[in-house]
Amino acid sequence: MSEPVVAALLVLLVLLAVTAIRASDLLPAVVALGGYGFVMALTWAAIGAVDVAFTEAVVGAGATTVFMLAALLRTSRRRSPAPERLRWVALALVLVVGLAIAFVERALPPFGDPAAPPALHVSPRYLEGAVPETDTPNVVTAVLADYRSYDTLMETVVIFTAGLGCWLLLRRHEPR
Amino acid sequence: MIERDDSVVVTAFVRLLAPTIQLFGLYVLVHGHESPGGGFQAGVILAATYLALALGLGRETLDRRVNERACLALAAGGVALYVLTGVLPMLGGGPFLDYGELPLPVDAVRARYFGILFIETGVGLTVAATIVLIFCRLVDRDRPS
Repeated sequence: MSEPVVAALLVLLVLLAVTAIRASDLLPAVVALGGYGFVMALTWAAIGAVDVAFTEAVVGAGATTVFMLAALLRTSRRRSPAPERLRWVALALVLVVGLAIAFVERALPPFGDPAAPPALHVSPRYLEGAVPETDTPNVVTAVLADYRSYDTLMETVVIFTAGLGCWLLLRRHEPR
Repeated sequence: MIERDDSVVVTAFVRLLAPTIQLFGLYVLVHGHESPGGGFQAGVILAATYLALALGLGRETLDRRVNERACLALAAGGVALYVLTGVLPMLGGGPFLDYGELPLPVDAVRARYFGILFIETGVGLTVAATIVLIFCRLVDRDRPS
């Protein structure tokens, strides 16, 4: 996809993030966050990461938004303002981390560079092996579910544990 | 507490949409080998239909259709299916999670294809059940349980 489209999507991302942070009513903030997830999905799709885009669309734009709305139902729509001192600490932290990322970013290989180390070492092995070894044309599925199956198993366990934790923690406290 | 929506447009649309989306979820699950998607995405899509039903038709509709303990069992069952797919190859002397050694009447490459399908199904079950479970707990406040 063309670079202007990606640039426009990234600008939209920043705008939505600022909207979500600035909104004093939390309901519009949650909606902006859902929009953020959706634009993020579009950005992933635009740079060719369709499987990630799919996940971001269903989780970031879909499920998370509904979870947040449900959480708002249980709590309050009003935002409690952060203490003044804490806001300056947060701003300083964000600036330091942001600058560090901007500094380190220059050391990364250019996006889509075929001569980048990851593109030379393991990626060709997966790309060449996926169809003859696993009969799976979608290499992402082959990597996630076969070559890196241990990771996916543990991720599934993490999801199950998270669900179990929520189920136990959000139980109604019955009077004994 | 989530009430049933008053608008007939919303309720009718949710009723129409839910099975359609569920069908798409199943497609995403079984077609993950060839196209974007797979167990995780399919699980979220399937769970989303129950979220939509609850938002449109009210919390009672969700209660009638979803049993939380069954959800918990399904979530655990998904992990169990994954582990079972990993352990079965070991019976034939293979390593853990080497689907090529699965005891299936197909060659090793095709067995890997089916191994991926099995574990994706496990992931989908766990994800779908977990999301529905968390949502049930989140919206559950004044329901006598």
